[in-house]
Order: sequence, then C-alpha cells, then structure tokens
Amino acid sequence: MNILVCISHVPDTTTKIKFVDNKLDTNGVQFIIGPYDDFALARAVELKETNGATITVLNVGPADTEPTLRKALAIGADQAVRIDAEPLDAYFVAKQIAAYAKDKNFDMILMGRESSDYNGGLVHGMVAELLGMPSIAPCMKLDLEGDSAVLAREIEGGSEELKVSFPLVAGCQEPIAEWKIPNMRGIMMARKKPLEVIAAEEVGEVTQYVSYELPEGKGQCKMIDPDNVAELVTLLKEEAKVL
Amino acid sequence: MAILVFVEIEDKSVKTSSIEALCYGVSVAGQTGQEVQVVTYGEIDTESLAQLGAYGAAKVLHCQSTQLNENATVQGVSTLIANAFKEVQANTLVMARSSMVDALASRVGIKVGASVVTNVVSLPDTANGFTVKRSIFTGKAFADVQLPEGNRVITIKKNTVPVEKGEGSAEVVDLNTDFASDDFAVSKLSEEKAEGEVLLPEADIVVSGGRGLKGPENWGMVEELAKLLGAATACSKPVSDMEWRPHHEHVGQTGIKISPNLYIAIGISGAIQHLAGVNSSKVIVVVNKDAEAPFFKAADYGIVGDAFDVVPKLIEAFKAQ
Ligand SMILES: Cc1cc2nc3c(=O)[nH]c(=O)nc-3n(C[C@H](O)[C@H](O)[C@H](O)COP(=O)(O)OP(=O)(O)OC[C@H]3O[C@@H](n4cnc5c(N)ncnc54)[C@H](O)[C@@H]3O)c2cc1C
Ligand SMILES: Nc1ncnc2c1ncn2[C@@H]1O[C@H](COP(=O)(O)O)[C@@H](O)[C@H]1O
Repeated sequence: MNILVCISHVPDTTTKIKFVDNKLDTNGVQFIIGPYDDFALARAVELKETNGATITVLNVGPADTEPTLRKALAIGADQAVRIDAEPLDAYFVAKQIAAYAKDKNFDMILMGRESSDYNGGLVHGMVAELLGMPSIAPCMKLDLEGDSAVLAREIEGGSEELKVSFPLVAGCQEPIAEWKIPNMRGIMMARKKPLEVIAAEEVGEVTQYVSYELPEGKGQCKMIDPDNVAELVTLLKEEAKVL
Repeated sequence: MAILVFVEIEDKSVKTSSIEALCYGVSVAGQTGQEVQVVTYGEIDTESLAQLGAYGAAKVLHCQSTQLNENATVQGVSTLIANAFKEVQANTLVMARSSMVDALASRVGIKVGASVVTNVVSLPDTANGFTVKRSIFTGKAFADVQLPEGNRVITIKKNTVPVEKGEGSAEVVDLNTDFASDDFAVSKLSEEKAEGEVLLPEADIVVSGGRGLKGPENWGMVEELAKLLGAATACSKPVSDMEWRPHHEHVGQTGIKISPNLYIAIGISGAIQHLAGVNSSKVIVVVNKDAEAPFFKAADYGIVGDAFDVVPKLIEAFKAQ
C-alpha cells in the first residue's frame, strides 16, 4: 500500500488570532500539523502497522514548515516532501499536489477535511477531480477490504457507508483514528528520514486575500436571575427578537 | 450569462438553506443585472419548484435521472451541476453549505474552471471586481477575498442574507445530462440518519449540552426544550467522545460549525475550540453553575445556576408563552 498524506502547517487551535500589517501575527504562535490532517496521518500509520504501507507526507509551504514535516516523520511517515511555495489558495495547493502525485501510483491520498486556518475544505476534492479519483469527505472511518475500501462519510443527521475502489482521496476527521504523539525513538529516527524539497509548478491567477478583520466582540452578557427565567423568554422575544 | 443556484431537495421539499442560496443569487443578480436559474435533482413535484419563482428564480432545471436518484454520488451531482453551468452559460454558481455542497464545490470548480470560495458570509462587492467576505480560522476571523476574472463558485454560511419572498412562478424544465462512466463508481452500502429531527446545520435554534449534564440519561430535558422551540440538539466534543450523543451532533473546531439565530449552551464551559464552532450564532444564551465559566464572556444572556434546576424552569417559562 502506497499512501500519500497531505498536511497543512497551521496555528495551534488555542491561538488568539491577530493581524499586523494585513498578515497573521505569528509572534509567539505555535504551529502544528492541521488537527484534521493529524487524523489522516494517524490512520495511515495504523494501516502501516496492520497491513504494511509506505507513507509519504507532503506539505506545500516555505522552509519554516519543515519542523512540522519532521514531526509527521516522527509519528510514522517514511519520507517527506516539501513543495517550495507559499500556499496561495486551495487551487494552487491542489495543483501542486496533483502534479506531484500523478505518476507516483498512490493507492490513497489522505488529507484532513479542512485546513484549520483557511477552512476551505477544498483541496481534497480538487486533487481528486484533477486526478480523476473519487474523494470522500468528511471521512470518519476507512477500512480495507480486498482491493477496495469501506469508508464512512458524515452527513447531516448521521452517516453513510461507502465502498470505493483504489485509488481514492479522503478528507479525514475523527473518529477515524486516535491522534498519535511521537515518542523519543520516533523523533530520533525522523532526523534520518529523507525530506525532499521540490520546486512548485506555475499556476495562473488565484484568489487574493485583500484584508482581514476580527469579529465584533460581544457586549456585556446580560445576567438573568435563575429564579426568574421568564425574563429570559421576554428578552429573547422582545430585545433579541430570535423567537 | 446567468447566475446558477444549486437547490437541494430533502423529503420532497426544498431545503431552507437552498432558499437562502437562491436569495443570495438573486441579490447578486440585482447588482450585476443577470438572470437567476436553478439546477436541482431528486423527487419533488413541479409546483413546488415553480414556487421558487417567488424568490426570484427565472427558470428551474430539474434532472430526474433515476441513476442519480438511486445513488446521488458526489461525482454524479458534480457532473450534473457542471453541465447545467455550461448549458445556461453561467459565470457564477451559488450554493448553501451542506454535507453534499461541501463535497461538490471543489469538483464543480475544477470542471467549469472556476475559482471557488467557501464559507462566504457577505454579499459581494462588485463595484471593483468581485470581493466577498469569508469566515476563516474557524470563525475567529474574517477575510475579504477578491476573485480573479472569470467563473466563480461560492458557498455561503447560514444567515448570510435575509430570505425575501415576493410573487412569481418559475418555468420548470427537465434537464437530461450525460454522466461520466466513473460518476457512479462509489457505491453506498448503508445510511444511518436520525428521523424526524431538525437538521443541525439548518436549524434556526440550537440547544446544546456539555459535560456538565453528567450523563446521557439527562438529555431528556435538553430534547424537551429543543422540541418545544423547534430546535436541533447539539453537544460538546467530550460528550460525543464518551458516546453520550452521536458524533454528528458535536459542534466546534473538530465538529460542525453552525450559525443559528439562537444557541443555548447548557453545562458547557466555553473552551476556545468549542466557541470556534458556535461563535457566529446571532444570540448566545449560557446556563452554567460556575459564574467564572469562560462561555459567559462570549454570551449575550447568561444564567448562573444548576442546569437540573434551571432547564425545567426554562421549559415551563417557554410553555407559558
Ligand atoms: C484540537 C482540539 C480540538 C477540539 N475541538 C473541540 C470541538 O470541536 N468541540 C468542543 O466542544 N470541544 C473541542 N475540544 C475540547 C475543548 O477544549 C473542551 O475540552 C471541551 O469543549 C469541554 O467540553 P465541556 O464544556 O462539555 O466540558 P467541561 O469543560 O468539563 O465543562 C463542563 C461545564 O459544565 C458546568 N457544569 C457542571 N455541572 C453543572 C450543572 N449541574 N449545571 C450547570 N453547569 C454545570 C461546569 O461549570 C463547566 O463549565 C477540542 C480540543 C482540542 C485540543
Ligand atoms: N499547504 C498545504 N500543504 C499540504 N496539504 C495541504 C495544504 N493545505 C491544505 N492541505 C490539505 O488539504 C486539506 C484541506 O485543506 P483546505 O482545502 O485548505 O481546507 C487539509 O486538511 C490538508 O490535508
């Protein structure tokens, strides 16, 4: 089994988001493997343990994402690839991944359901469309069954179980696997594993992020006496007008 | 050139989120002087589709392919929408976020050579190109995004535009489409779906419970309150992790992101990852026994008290109205 896992390099989920000079203020921000991408990687490592697999982990990003790729190697990927470019938008990233993957015979390309910074939820579907593969997202279960896979996809109010033959793309989320924390041995081994840097493809026009803003803060929270909850009902009706 | 809106059918009627997408398309058309057409598939009577004219649709293209009705794969539906897009010579596709649309947008975008922007929360500024606001960092920030010239695909979050109904009736026509050979390669083995419940992403009101409710046996009052308000139920992540509630009810960073008119949080502390999924709710009510719970800082109305005391009282108060 030949598996490609695509990871984004994003601020820790507890980060207080701020912008300076029309860019994310990265001062003091800790970067991590995208939390959904981490599920994709964890499932790939599980499949490697149970069925045997080679895992390539890929990021489209500048050199400062390399510690994140090393972490993925420490968790259990065999080799890493960094496509050297700023990830401009989902289409740009998808074109890079598709160009890399098209002649590598991957059985599976696993990603997160969305990147936790720009929340596009697009790269997996775009890569799949560019390569002519099915794409399943958000994928909560992925089991092997002969030359195909059985996957569960979350839908509104429930889930559906799908049978898909390889090659396939999936955008993963919990509970597909348990997040894995690298151990000392993994970290040592990761240093010796190959990390290849390749040049990016040219892509035409992309979407432009013109400006950023933060949501308006909530005003003071109005406290209601627990012995007079009828007041809440009145406020919701007459002041907030949501009933 | 037309604006195309994809409308989803659920239980033989048009989903409310799709009506909002239609209203969005009609507003854009008002700015650009275009016509709005709708593409849809699935079982529904022609009269219900004609009524979309009252929101401003000129024409509805209805695909009645049995193949698609039996197995509505993401690839099959993408092909349908892309073909419709080309047929009506659209330059803009508008869809409301849903589990189907989230999966479709990327594929349709590639098929019609469009730039794709998801999670949109504003009408476009078309004075100078085409710029929309979208939600990023899981609701912790917004960005204005300018799309390049050419085709575009937009998916909107709930509560982006008001739904306005006027008069009128749309022309409904059958649409036949040619699918690709591998459009139906994915086969559905089974589906599990809660019956008769308000769908969480569609709900105007959501009642949500956290670990403070102690155990799954205590959800009766949450469900009762939800039922009374016509609301959907939701929960925090630990609650679904412990399997007190199903996974599709979990909201937040790793769960569903919602933007209802009213979100009532009971026994939830308000961790940053939970807030990420609910902070675009219009009004937030928090019930927590700890006056210091961080959720109160993100709330509009708060009650400090024991849920087992407050929620039954709330139920009575709502009933009294
Ligand atoms: C990467 C990452 C992603 C995450 N994603 C999510 C996510 O998507 N969604 C999510 O919810 N969490 C998420 N979390 C977890 C999050 O950090 C919190 O741990 C979680 O939201 C806490 O859930 P809770 O509020 O139900 O429980 P707790 O934090 O245990 O809070 C329970 C609350 O109930 C109150 N309480 C107790 N008894 C009563 C009573 N009788 N009456 C009234 N109030 C009472 C307590 O005062 C307390 O405030 C994520 C964490 C990480 C690290
Ligand atoms: N810069 C990137 N490099 C590699 N993979 C990425 C990158 N950005 C996003 N992805 C993958 O694509 C998934 C969906 O991302 P997005 O469409 O940005 O929400 C993520 O969960 C990652 O698995």
